[in-house]
Order: sequence, then C-alpha cells, then structure tokens
Amino acid sequence: MSLLDIENLSLDIGGTPILRDIDITVEAGEIVGLVGESGSGKSMTALSVMRLLPDTARLGGRITFDGIDILSAPESAMCALRGDDIGMVFQEPMTALNPVKTIGEQVAEGIRLHRRVSRAEAEAQTSTILDRVGLPTQKFPLSRYPHQLSGGQRQRVAIAIACALKPKLLIADEPTTALDVVLQAQILDLLRELVSENRMGLLLISHDLAVVTAMADRIAILRHGAVADAGQTERVLSQQTHPYTRQLVTAATHVPARMPHRPAEQAAPLLEVTEVSRLYPGPRQGWFGRSEPTRAVDRVSLILHPGQSIALVGRSGCGKSTLARMILALDAPTSGSIRFDGMELAGKSQAELRPARRQMQVVFQDPYGSFDPRQTAEKLVAEPLYLLDAPLSRAETRDTVAEALHQVGLTPQDMEKYPHEFSGGQRQRLSIARAIITHPKLIVADEPVSALDVSIRAQILDLFADLNRRLGIAYLFITHDLTVARAVSDDVLVMHDGRIVECGKTLDVLAAPQSEAAQALVSAAPDLHRALERRLREQG
Amino acid sequence: MMTFVFKRVLFGLTTLVLASAVVFAMLQVVPGDPARLMLGMNATEDQVQVLREQMGLNQPLVLQYLDWAGGLLRLDFGRSYTYSVEVSELVGERLAVSLPLALISLGLSTLVAIPLGIYAASRRGKTADAVSMGAAQIGMAMPNFWFALLLIYVFAVWLRLVPAGGFPGWSAGVWPALKALILPALALALPQAAILARVTRSAMVEVLGQDYIRTARAKGMTARSVLWRHALRNALIPVLTILGMQFAFLLAGTIIVENVFYLPGLGRLVFQAISQRDLVVVQSVVMLLVAAVILVNLLVDLSYALVDPRLRGNR
Repeated sequence: MSLLDIENLSLDIGGTPILRDIDITVEAGEIVGLVGESGSGKSMTALSVMRLLPDTARLGGRITFDGIDILSAPESAMCALRGDDIGMVFQEPMTALNPVKTIGEQVAEGIRLHRRVSRAEAEAQTSTILDRVGLPTQKFPLSRYPHQLSGGQRQRVAIAIACALKPKLLIADEPTTALDVVLQAQILDLLRELVSENRMGLLLISHDLAVVTAMADRIAILRHGAVADAGQTERVLSQQTHPYTRQLVTAATHVPARMPHRPAEQAAPLLEVTEVSRLYPGPRQGWFGRSEPTRAVDRVSLILHPGQSIALVGRSGCGKSTLARMILALDAPTSGSIRFDGMELAGKSQAELRPARRQMQVVFQDPYGSFDPRQTAEKLVAEPLYLLDAPLSRAETRDTVAEALHQVGLTPQDMEKYPHEFSGGQRQRLSIARAIITHPKLIVADEPVSALDVSIRAQILDLFADLNRRLGIAYLFITHDLTVARAVSDDVLVMHDGRIVECGKTLDVLAAPQSEAAQALVSAAPDLHRALERRLREQG
Repeated sequence: MMTFVFKRVLFGLTTLVLASAVVFAMLQVVPGDPARLMLGMNATEDQVQVLREQMGLNQPLVLQYLDWAGGLLRLDFGRSYTYSVEVSELVGERLAVSLPLALISLGLSTLVAIPLGIYAASRRGKTADAVSMGAAQIGMAMPNFWFALLLIYVFAVWLRLVPAGGFPGWSAGVWPALKALILPALALALPQAAILARVTRSAMVEVLGQDYIRTARAKGMTARSVLWRHALRNALIPVLTILGMQFAFLLAGTIIVENVFYLPGLGRLVFQAISQRDLVVVQSVVMLLVAAVILVNLLVDLSYALVDPRLRGNR
C-alpha cells in the first residue's frame, strides 16, 4: 500500500468541474512531481489531499493516506493530520508567514498543537528544526519577525513549520517559483535532504519541467484537470509518448530563431551608461547618525547599439531593476552619466525627457498587475501616445492601436475588450503592444516572461525575437533566468552586488562563466536536458 | 521601541503647541470685543477701556497668548464672561457627564461590534453574515435622535426602568447617575457599533484571504482558533483607527442626543458658549478637545505598534 493513494479523484467547486479521474500515488521516501500549466489543477489536487478547499467544493473518488480515508475523515481527524503527518509549503514566502508573530512562535505553535510538550521543550524543538533548515538560532533568534528576513529565509521558515514534526508526507506547491535560481537550488537541496533523512514522501508541484526532472522519481503531467501523462520521470520525458508531454518539453527548451546582431560600422551607440552609481542612505543610527549608504548600483558602464539585444542577469537584489529604472529616467543616478540617443538624461526636466521617453518603453513582469482593470485595451495600448508632439485624432489613434495590436498578433477587435477578458499570454502581448506603439528604439523588459506558462512563454519569446528582426528594436532584458537570456540576447551582463562582474557574448558566458557570481548562476540554473541526461545515466 | 514612544510623544506635544497657537489666533480674528460684550450695549467707551485693561486685552498678542497658554498649563482657563465662574469648574462639571458617557457608549459598541464583525466574517456569504450585516445597515441608517426617542418610550415611559432625561449628578450616587446615562449611551453606541462591525468584518474578511491563514490551517489549527490567534490581530489596525475617531466624536459631537436626554454635557456647553460669544469657554473647550484627540491618536499610534511589529520604530 502506498503512503498516499489518490484514486479517481474528481472535484467541482460551485458546480464548475475542476478535476476529474486523478490517479496519483506517493511512496514513503519518494519524490513525485506534479507538473502542468496554470489552471491545470495542480494546487487543487494538493489542497484536496489537505482538505483545505473552499466550502462549495464537492469531492469524489478516494484519497487514502497511511490507511486513512481522507475524504470521509471528520474535520477533527484532518486537523490532527495536518501539520503532523502531512506538511505543506506554499509558493509565496513573502506572504505565507503571519507578519505579527515571531518566527519562533509560528514554528512552535504547530509543535505545541500536536505534541503535549512544555513551552520550553517546544522552543528547543523549534531551534533544532530552524537550525536544520539553515537558520541557526545564534544568527536568527526565534524572536525575529518575518519582515526581518529575506524571501529565501522566509521559505526556510515555512519549510521548518511544515517539517517540524517529521511528517510522513510533504506537499510543496511551487516552493521555489518566487525565488531566484541560486536560492531555488538551495531550497531544492534542502527538500531533497529532508526526504532522504526521514524517508518522507514529497509531492512536488511545479510548472517548471527542469526543476521537476532534477528532483522527482516519478511525475504526473496535469492538463485541464486530468492526468495527461504519468510514470517514471526519465521514461515520460525521454520517450515523450504523449503529444502534450512532447509539446511541453519542446516549449520549455524553445529558443526562438534570431539573427545574430551585426552592428553597423561605427554606428553611434543607442544607450551609453558610464560609471553610474545609485546610493541609498543607510538606516538611521541613533538621532543624527546614519550608517554607510547602500550602493544599489556601483559604477556600472554599458553600451547598447541600435537593434542589439542585451540581457542583464543577476540574483534578486543585485541592483538590476534599479539600473533599469535609471535608464528609463524614472530614478536619478547619484553619479555618472546616462546618454540615450545622443542625449544626456541626468538632470533633465520631464518636458525635456519627452522625446527620449518616446524612444524607450518598458514591459513589466506581471501582465495582471500592470493594467488598469477598468480601461479598454484601446485606451491602455494608446496610453504612451501622449508622448507624441502632435496629438492624434480619434481615428488616427484607433489606426495606430490596431497596427500595434496586429504587430503583436492580436486583432483590432480586441480593442474593445477589458484586461480580464484576455489570457495571461494575451495580456503580455498587450503590454508589448503598448510598448511598441510609439515606435521606440529601445524596450526595457523586466522579467517579461517569468510569470507565464512554458508554452505561452515560448510564444512571447518568439514575438520579442520577431519584433527585433522586423522593427529593429533594441532590448535590455532583465532576468534571473538564464534560459531566457540564452533565448533572446546577443550579449549578457552579469550583475552582482550592484556591479557588473562579467560581460560577453551570451553563449560564451553561459558556457564558460569566469566570475564567481556567473558560475553560481549557471550551476544553479535548472536545465531540462542536463537533468534528464543525469537521470538516464544514473539509471544506466 | 522606546525611541519610537518618545518620538510619538514629542510629535504629539508639538502638535498640541501648534494647535493652541491656531486656536488662539482664530479667536482673535472673530469679530466682537469681549469687554464690550460683558458690559452690555450701554457701557461707555471709558468703562470698556478699563475692563480691557483689567482683562489684559491691550497687551501685545504674543504676551496674551503666553499668558493664556501658561494658564492652560496650570489648568487655569480663565473666567467665563457669561456664567461668571471659573471655566475649569464649568468644563469639569460637563466633563463628568461627557467622559463617562463617551466611555460607556464606546465600550458598549466595541463589545457588540467586534464579535459581531468577526462572526459575520467567519460565516461570510452565509445567512448569518447577511442577517448581521443587514442589522448593521439598519443601525447606520437610523437617526440616533429617533432611536433615542424610541428608547425613552420603551424603557422610561413604558417599562419605567430608567429616567427619561436629566442628570442627577455623581453626588446623587453612582447608580442613579449610571441609570441616567445608560439610554443616551445606547443611543450613541448604535450607529458607532454598526460602523465598527462593518469595518471589523471587512478587515477580517481581507485577512482571512491571506496566505498565512492557509499556512496556519496547514499546521493543523482549527478554523476557529485560526480566527482568534492569527486573523484578529492582523485585522485590528483599521478597527483601532475607527475606534480612535469615534472616541473623539463621542466626547463633543453628541449635542443632539444630549438635547434629547437633557444632559448637561460638553456638546451643549460649546453650543451655548458659541451662541453667547463666550469666547473664553469656546477656546478652552476646543483646546480640551484638541488635547483629547491628540492623546487618543497617540494611544492609537502606540497600539498600532503593539499590534504590528513592522510599525515599531527604526524605519
């Protein structure tokens, strides 16, 4: 008998079918990966096992955990299971912890709930588990609050909460999606160790095939609420018998066809950043003193030619977004100069910046958050047109918007729609349409595909490559994802602690990184082919 | 944390000083000579001048201000023109009605509203939620003078449990005084409770949707203990804000209910003082209210910090 046995699970919420005929098993000491695109039902499967679904949910089929029939167990029995025999870790470490309780309280709470131990004993156990997940009490006292920890540290606390009582089964729902690649590798290592130490079963949910391949013994691929393909990881992914599996693997490793950038002879650079620094005042110390300022960006120089595509890669907090804000003239450098299209940006008034703003646009990470939900696509896309010197007539505006929508693969009929009527991928197309409407020479894209599913991500990367070729737009891609960098850029800059520590041709740098920071990024980056090869080798 | 408290207190004191200057300045601009007002229309110019000299009205404004502000510090608010008694005595009497009244009605509304809001939030979308929030809606819509009349009719006229109005004074004993205050406190508490219940509910509903609530449930906590141990404290900030505002209102904004119950409260004192141009009284009561609001805000700020560690100090 398996540790967890999901048979024929079906779920509908408020009459909407969510899951049907799901069959998944997890053995003790085994890692099972649950893969699928957003909305495929991965999280709902996990929450069904925990029985933490909304009130209107109707479940069918069977879930057996360690001999207990989960679906018919009374709520009190479920409370006894949750946090003791089944632990769960969620995606968003920044919000998964209660902001008004110390980390010690939050870990100890679960221990005291399930074990009748004294406060002191619970505290001792809390220290032990926090120590185990890499937060030694000497450096991270139990009295810390979540806001005093970074994202990676908070995820360690969440893992400590879930694993404090050595559960038989751990469910991890996208545990590393919100973290940069280096942190991701650390957290995955930690999970792997915990599994082998305690013979814990791990149900790992992820949209990232590479992560799952590196981790899971077996995988199940979910699509539209049903299991499309399942089995041994290396068999499923190397044989690719199911068309959807093949589609996912192809999309995950997709590299758009691009022409290498050939700079015109002696062309003037489009963007010239020279010795730019941005300092933030240090935290107050006492009444008048301040500690050393933080150097968010430290004497950075770079040159971008017309039509060139550069990737700026680095871990979160390395200063890449600060640099991008300064290039976009949304923030002023403390020192140094930024010349765009022959014009110095520093110290210019908003009016003087208008021509430059027209020539550079931005695409943000989150296609959900960057649109006003009450405006039509037409208004949203037409927004940057105010930067034109002569205002357009209503008809001209519509034509321009229609043209921009056409360029990104949407239709003029989409103009009347509101943001919620578009899918995630379409919304990102919409934000690209908004960026290209003024025919800019430069687009700064801040993690433009990291919120998207693999197949949509492949399409959007194609679109970027296509616009680069047809319209000659130069890109500055900001990303922590080396696959993206490899797919879209000619050159790469590696940033670490506010400095550019390495630069060169993307393929060269990624194949043979020189600096320590670049090596860390490259070795931590999940890679589907490498992971699969390693698995096949281990199998012999 | 101590620096934080110290800073907030300092900030409160600065506000108080600035506010006193503004109050003083505003009353200088108001037309009407207090000396002439006190002596009546038939007084001669000489008589008025003599009184002005006595009252210190001919001194430079800065000196007048310092004199007045110094008096405030010694709780010497000056003498009322119309009542011809010490203002401190006058205000003290009224405060003995208004302060307990405000506290009782605030206590009543908090005791009812917060549990009701939490309950409604925990039953969100169900009948119990609809019923309790419907009741809150009615509570907000009902004019409190009308509700006051209703209370008088039921409890004073019909059941004869409490007096219909007036205030016997605390010297008549604690129980009779409380009996006189209970109906006005109820009348004042109803709309406050309705607002507070809705604010509590919506704050709780928002908090219950947060990720950390799910984390707490995944630890094995029951829905009920999550509500009290994780959700409530996070939902308290907006509730505290509203409570602070309501207390300030209850201290002096209760003139209608005071009139219905014929209570000698601060609200009526201000109203009479304004209509009789008794500027010394107006000035004093306004300063008192300003101080009360600043004090309450200080307490609210400090309790924010108690509730939420992110608001403590060093940032």
